[in-house]
Amino acid sequence: MGELKLMKGNEALAEAAIRAGADAYFGYPITPQSEVIEYLMAEKPYDRTGMVVLQAESEIAAINMVYGAAGAGKRVLTSSSSPGVSLKQEGISYIAGSELPCVYANVVRGGPGLGTIQPSQADYFQSTKGGGHGDYKQIVLAPASVQEMSDFVKLGFDLAFQYRIPVLILSDGVIGQMMEKVELFDQIPRLTDEEVAEKYPWATTGKKKGTERRIITSLDLDSNKMEEHNLHLQRKYKTIVENEVRYELIDCDDAEYIIVAYGSSARISQKAVQMARKKGIKVGLFRLITLFPFPAKQMQELCKKGVKGWLAVEMSAGQMVEDVMLSVKGCAKVEHFGRFGGIVHTPEEVLRALEEKIIGD
Amino acid sequence: MAEITFEDIVKPENLVYKKTDLMTDKALSYCPGCGHGTAHRIVMEIIEELGLEEKTIGVAPVGCSVLAYEFMNIDMTQAAHGRAPAVATGIKRVYPDKIVFTYQGDGDLAAIGTAETIHACNRGEKIVIIFVNNGIYGMTGGQMAPTTLPGMKSSTSPFGRDVESMGNPLKMTELVAQLPGTYFVTRQAVHTPAAVRRAKKSIRKAFENQVNKKPGISFVEIVSNCNSGWKMTPTDSNKWMEDNMFPFYPLGDIKVDGQLVK
Repeated sequence: MGELKLMKGNEALAEAAIRAGADAYFGYPITPQSEVIEYLMAEKPYDRTGMVVLQAESEIAAINMVYGAAGAGKRVLTSSSSPGVSLKQEGISYIAGSELPCVYANVVRGGPGLGTIQPSQADYFQSTKGGGHGDYKQIVLAPASVQEMSDFVKLGFDLAFQYRIPVLILSDGVIGQMMEKVELFDQIPRLTDEEVAEKYPWATTGKKKGTERRIITSLDLDSNKMEEHNLHLQRKYKTIVENEVRYELIDCDDAEYIIVAYGSSARISQKAVQMARKKGIKVGLFRLITLFPFPAKQMQELCKKGVKGWLAVEMSAGQMVEDVMLSVKGCAKVEHFGRFGGIVHTPEEVLRALEEKIIGD
Repeated sequence: MAEITFEDIVKPENLVYKKTDLMTDKALSYCPGCGHGTAHRIVMEIIEELGLEEKTIGVAPVGCSVLAYEFMNIDMTQAAHGRAPAVATGIKRVYPDKIVFTYQGDGDLAAIGTAETIHACNRGEKIVIIFVNNGIYGMTGGQMAPTTLPGMKSSTSPFGRDVESMGNPLKMTELVAQLPGTYFVTRQAVHTPAAVRRAKKSIRKAFENQVNKKPGISFVEIVSNCNSGWKMTPTDSNKWMEDNMFPFYPLGDIKVDGQLVK
């Protein structure tokens, strides 16, 4: 068993970055995720593994530092919260277009604009539909516990390098700030420069004499080539949809109704499911772990088993609910419930919404 | 008299000039008369002469030199507009023993990338910045740049730059020289053979500083022409540059070995 610790979600993510063998973290402070860089600075990862930690002048600079280092084949990450993640979108688009691996976290707060520092899940569209310009996707992992804040850093780097794609850990203010027991995975050694050069021949590690130079770019002025590049990206995303869907089904076997939720909303909804079951309501929880790829096929299979109604619970005005609707294709009623703007819904509110919006009709 | 063949002439002892292998054979995308081609060449010659080919990573900007990676025959990363110093910081921090440089124009470095430029300089990143200043946005068709001179016409200052409403040209090089993180700051030109020799000497010093792990950035501005954007012949543009750009952007070293030149 790995080392057990009581940690905040943000701290677990930071510790996991060191243990995942990350080469660098570039970040900029913003509530409610500043503990990530604070923990890293205090922990002196340079002494532990040689990992670099740098506070950039802005989120824009931070993501471009990630772009540069990722292009050179290193395991690098950044983190921020909603307004800061908006600033990073240009860089994310370049990283996706250039097919570079990186991990970044968004500890979501209420918006729009400067919004509030309280938890929210209103960045779903930005995360899953492409927050920056162009036809691109990123893998989105949604942790629902401090444990997953740690585990998904490791998983995120594995997926990022397997597919050369940005991986977003889409957390929220609840998961980032709350303390839980976490079992930390053992230290993974950082790759040496030689190992990086050998393992990632696409990376700009310095052109050896007589070899082809490496170019990291998202530009091609020849539209035919650009279309081909886009088609290549779409094929890659299709492979990811086929192979990387992750989710958890709780009490879904006999369920007549299903609540779909992710992150802290899934935790709250799980409690609502327990309360509903006590009242004899056959309801289950479909917890999303990957938001992209979205488990559309798995939802359709549940449709075939006769699910009568779906309730999408999220701390937003209704974003993920659209993907649930697209997935179940009208097989049953789909409604949305969620408090937002920094308010966290209670299990009682979720249960009431289930009874009124789904069962009551 | 015996006939002289091609093979008789092509001998090492007869070699007077050879294009560096670190420039590709691709035809430059720059307008005839533009200084970029010369600036590219001397940067690549220095990398070759110092034997840095296998450990150098260059960062290309957005602007006329966005395609620098097509011509520079080394590992290159193309950066978003203005972000080259941050991209270079990322690379250098994870590869402190490699050589990293940016090649940027004035719109990239002194307008949209001002923050990245100033903070990379202020942190004293151990990189080289090559800053080509031609006082105009060339690639997008001749719009006003942060370095466009007062009264100078461009497509977005068609009646000349009015400093009252459009602000003053920014002397970025003098500005960064004030920061403790810059180690070597100089302004050069590439419009005459003598100027090219001086510029090349400065670029050599800049890269040597990085090789020798000197504390801070080496920043080389090259004042250049944009005959297309300025709507002049190449010869006229060089004369205009001497008469107008150089008085405002005087050539010479501004900071050497971390000390401001008096």
